[in-house]
Amino acid sequence: MIHSLFLINCSGDIFLEKHWKSVVSQSVCDYFFEAQEKAVDVENVPPVISTPHHYLISIYRDKIFFVSVIQTEVPPLFVIEFLHRVADTFQDYFGECSETSIKDNVVIVYELLEEMLDNGFPLATESNILKELIKPPTILRSVVNSITGSSNVGDTLPTGQLSNIPWRRAGVKYTNNEAYFDVIEEIDAIIDKSGSTVFAEIQGVIDSCIKLSGMPDLSLSFMNPRLLDDVSFHPCIRFKRWESERVLSFIPPDGNFRLISYRVSSQNLVAIPVYVKHMISFKENSSSGRFDVTIGPKQNMGKTVEGVVMTVHMPKAVLNMNLTSTQGNYTFDPVTKVLTWDIGKITPQKLPNLKGIVNLQSGAPKPEENPSLNIQFKIQQLAISAKTQTWMEGR
Amino acid sequence: MTDSKYFTTTKKGEIFELKAELNSDKKEKKKEAVKKVIASMTVGKDVSALFPDVVNCMQTDNLELKKLVYLYLMNYAKSQPDMAIMAVNTFVKDCEDPNPLIRALAVRTMGCIRVDKITEYLCEPLRKCLKDEDPYVRKTAAVCVAKLHDINAQLVEDQGFLDTLKDLISDSNPMVVANAVAALSEIAESHPSSNLLDLNPQSINKLLTALNECTEWGQIFILDCLANYMPKDDREAQSICERVTPRLSHANSAVVLSAVKVLMKFMEMLSKDLDYYGTLLKKLAPPLVTLLSAEPELQYVALRNINLIVQKRPEILKHEMKVFFVKYNDPIYVKLEKLDIMIRLASQANIAQVLAELKEYATEVDVDFVRKAVRAIGRCAIKVEQSAERCVSTLLDLIQTKVNYVVQEAIVVIKDIFRKYPNKYESVIATLCENLDSLDEPEARAAMIWIVGEYAERIDNADELLESFLEGFHDESTQVQLQLLTAIVKLFLKKPTETQELVQQVLSLATQDSDNPDLRDRGYIYWRLLSTDPVAAKEVVLAEKPLISEETDLIEPTLLDELICYIGTLASVYHKPPSAFVEGSRGVVHKSLPPRTGSSESAESPDTAPSGVQAPEQPAVIPTQGDLLGDLLNLDLGPPVSGPPMATSSVQMGAVDLLGGGLDSLMGGGGSGGGSFAAPSTAAPANLAAPLGSGLGDLFDLTGGVGTLPGSYVAPKTVWLPAMKAKGLEISGTFSRQVGSISMDLVLTNKALQVMSDFAIQFNRNSFGLAPAAPLQVHAPLAPNQSVEISLPLNTVGSVMKMDPLNNLQVAVKNNIDVFYFSTLYPLHILFVEDGKMERQMFLATWKDIPNENEAQFQIKDCSLNADAISSKLQGSNIFTIAKRNVEGQDMLYQSLKLTNGIWVLAELRIQPSNPSFTDLELSLKCRAPEVAPYVFQAYETVLKN
Repeated sequence: MIHSLFLINCSGDIFLEKHWKSVVSQSVCDYFFEAQEKAVDVENVPPVISTPHHYLISIYRDKIFFVSVIQTEVPPLFVIEFLHRVADTFQDYFGECSETSIKDNVVIVYELLEEMLDNGFPLATESNILKELIKPPTILRSVVNSITGSSNVGDTLPTGQLSNIPWRRAGVKYTNNEAYFDVIEEIDAIIDKSGSTVFAEIQGVIDSCIKLSGMPDLSLSFMNPRLLDDVSFHPCIRFKRWESERVLSFIPPDGNFRLISYRVSSQNLVAIPVYVKHMISFKENSSSGRFDVTIGPKQNMGKTVEGVVMTVHMPKAVLNMNLTSTQGNYTFDPVTKVLTWDIGKITPQKLPNLKGIVNLQSGAPKPEENPSLNIQFKIQQLAISAKTQTWMEGR
Repeated sequence: MTDSKYFTTTKKGEIFELKAELNSDKKEKKKEAVKKVIASMTVGKDVSALFPDVVNCMQTDNLELKKLVYLYLMNYAKSQPDMAIMAVNTFVKDCEDPNPLIRALAVRTMGCIRVDKITEYLCEPLRKCLKDEDPYVRKTAAVCVAKLHDINAQLVEDQGFLDTLKDLISDSNPMVVANAVAALSEIAESHPSSNLLDLNPQSINKLLTALNECTEWGQIFILDCLANYMPKDDREAQSICERVTPRLSHANSAVVLSAVKVLMKFMEMLSKDLDYYGTLLKKLAPPLVTLLSAEPELQYVALRNINLIVQKRPEILKHEMKVFFVKYNDPIYVKLEKLDIMIRLASQANIAQVLAELKEYATEVDVDFVRKAVRAIGRCAIKVEQSAERCVSTLLDLIQTKVNYVVQEAIVVIKDIFRKYPNKYESVIATLCENLDSLDEPEARAAMIWIVGEYAERIDNADELLESFLEGFHDESTQVQLQLLTAIVKLFLKKPTETQELVQQVLSLATQDSDNPDLRDRGYIYWRLLSTDPVAAKEVVLAEKPLISEETDLIEPTLLDELICYIGTLASVYHKPPSAFVEGSRGVVHKSLPPRTGSSESAESPDTAPSGVQAPEQPAVIPTQGDLLGDLLNLDLGPPVSGPPMATSSVQMGAVDLLGGGLDSLMGGGGSGGGSFAAPSTAAPANLAAPLGSGLGDLFDLTGGVGTLPGSYVAPKTVWLPAMKAKGLEISGTFSRQVGSISMDLVLTNKALQVMSDFAIQFNRNSFGLAPAAPLQVHAPLAPNQSVEISLPLNTVGSVMKMDPLNNLQVAVKNNIDVFYFSTLYPLHILFVEDGKMERQMFLATWKDIPNENEAQFQIKDCSLNADAISSKLQGSNIFTIAKRNVEGQDMLYQSLKLTNGIWVLAELRIQPSNPSFTDLELSLKCRAPEVAPYVFQAYETVLKN
């Protein structure tokens, strides 16, 4: 099971270590640093590294490496999932998961890690249980604590810990009972030069914010549940009911949580709501090239496309770019060769366009690779998968 | 107000300051001080000097303070064991506290203090906590048993905690069950022999019930535990599968993958005609695809596992090709894995898409990725015949880009394509030749040279091309040198008139100026072949090459089956069995897939292993490398050489056993003109019953403490020629084999009254051509009552005559008095050669190939060794274990050995425990020459019993 945890920042300082069994020397991280050096890019550090006596399983979140040390045969996914859970918990407690916030709350972090893992076995990872055991820091509480001398460690057994619904604590009370569901769908698509879709899929999640008193039992049903073949559920959802009736029936946790995540695969045709007209060319035997990109909306059912950002990884030989945009700002980072164009909202009347000259290093050969354009955008209140939630019933 | 204030130091000295604060009367100040101490501890500062002061704060009703002190204790108790005792009383008291949180906290912390003295005090509270009324305390105590076991295993066993833990599996609370399973699994890992997790249908049922209700982590433990269970029939397997399937929709990917493991394993037991089997296959795909939308680290582990699953059951993901398309922002480690899986899934139906993708990848920025993409295009061509044409044209396009590493990689794969589709795409050779100068990597150079050599007759200036390589011969890497040598010999055989000079030049470069033994050997072989019999040389060197396999770098089926049992673990990430990398390989139990019930295959014989789909369709196509004859056929460029390669050599060597004809036979044949290698098997009458068993047994019953060499087993010396029969000369001796040479160790004793001299020795013709390799050298005359020890080296190039019994050796010894004759039996294991380890694949194919009537069965009773000891002992005598499996609690060893005359013997050794200290062994031998089987068995017996 998980032996130790090291938190390492981008500059390679170990700023926190926690051992659940015997103490493992910091020097074990040298193997990690070696791999990090080899990988050049921080994202490319392999997640599983073997050393003569240990294995290092790491994740990279918010500019921090969470490196865990294990000694025996352990499912790596278990470790990776757990590390992500640790990062989520920090985020939840301190609002952000950063080196400063962790250093500022080092004692709470330590208490949390101790609660989350016992002898390498996960103990309590549900945020509502943890919050009962260790109260998250707030300015108000620290003021109150310093006056009354009370602590931020709960002294009762967390109620959810043992019940069959460990995700909910008993005795929740609200004056206004409300429940919100956010359906967020992401299309992930690869489109080739000519504009036809190579691959597209929809990743969807339903995030919920439930503020209901007592033990509410909710059911949620959809117009078109057929589309959701591939789902992963929060443990609160009753699987049997879904199998038989395609209804989500559950006792929700208190507060914010992710109810389900689902995938709609490319077999169901996905209409991509934007199109790109592009013209990028480099002249033979000359140190310049042309760049001309226009983005336009299509089939968006009258909704506006917003937050459009285009990033292009230009070939290595590109020295700089002289462009003019009809809308938004562009930046070109000559070190990483990344062109970023922040467009914002697209208005169909006047399509955003970015064009100009690309300057290559003199003497460099004509770049072979075709730059790929990454385009991100948002559309509010549009479910691409055509799945709509119809009714919800609560008891 | 943040915790960073705890890191600030004052001038006076931090420790001093803290000490004062810890002893302060004010609660608040105390707590702040402890927090400062903990903060220093987290960054690795040594604050152990404050131990007594911190422990003094332990007696408090403030839970936070207590927790902080506990944190401190866990870290430093080890370095201050005597002081730690001070804390024991508080712990024991806290274990009785009315608040279950405090009881659990106390027992948890106590387990973390790795001090022997404290563990003694821990036993009583722990026993109480294991039976506590509160499940929270019980579940904490369960984990504590595992902790204690780690510190002092004996204590845990003596106190009977293991049984209590086993009882907890039936606990009413699912969380307690999960923790008990987790604790037991961890203990079992360090004690593989103990049957801690002895599962039966009842306990399985309990686990399945708990599975639905416990936390996600608990589910992982329970699923991993379930995967080790062996259902008794397919009905049970199906019902377990049905109850595990809902876990596939869990949000935690580790739960999903553990569930996949259980399903993949138990699926093996389900009949393929079952409807349920099809349903299950369909259900497995979506969760695997979903794993790919998670964080990159999770994706990586998932992809490594999918790689295994795709090899085992390609049908699961065959329609999901697109999800493996690489995204621009994937980390490189994810990209490379995706590429691998794309090739495995490539088929006629989707090849167009795949190729279009691969072509894009080949223009990416990352060099490693581009190389792999180019290689992937070649692999597609080899795998999907219909696409070969398009792949080749794609590769040619890529070569036109002139990007150095792309060109080199493309040439390497084109060579493979030529080998798969000979005489089809030669038109591209011209293009390849244009790029000759830009090749700077050995692999690409070697590939190009191979192509030139192979198609020498169609390349007008082949000799010029090769000559240009020859100029820098000594600066080339071995790979290129070998290839160049072979290519020039090929060229010579095809165009003998123009290239005589060239071939002489390369042969002399290879044999005289090189210090690389491989190169020299190959050079000499060619030289002799060419000078003795050019026709034979032509047949050997220009022989029709076997086709290369279509699937490259497949995991070998038995290993794959084992890895399927380890889905989701580190083994699956490394694609190695845990025994290959787990520290100290303690506690490694080999796992195997359950046999499919209701099918004719049985799990015992090795040829049933691949019940999966990817079993090579032509048994002759085997990915093996570096085979000797493969070398001769110049197929050593890297990717699979098909086998059995020997089958292609129609060398006129008389009756050399085809399977055994290695380099030595070729060499010998070249020297002596052949004929000396008539294998006994070919002419052997079949009536070779073994009446000599007892005699030989007697011989070896004379066990004594004679020093056994680390190598092959050497029997103690026995008297071969008694003095009475030989006018006073007594000869005793034995045979031994060390580092590849056989010797006869003799003791000559003069029991006569006169001096003996002029010794000489001669052997009669015998079954394996044993002959003295040197004259018998007794330097000084042998005085009366004196004895001399001589080690006479033997070789196996003497004349061959079938003897009865097979291992009979008739010896004549001459001295100044007379000539004496005696006969002796030699143990067969002196003839087992060092390179008798067969490739697994080859073993499987050969085992199948040998007819069943050639199989002989033997029993070895009362052996006192376990499988590993047996295997290592036999290895000392050149009997090599190729695979080990555990079937129904019995270890099975699959072994191979090769005799000096090239006869392969394959063995299956089943180890049946008969009573605690002894095991019975059941030996099945398969060999093309069944006559040797009884003697091989005797060799086994003598090696094992001594």
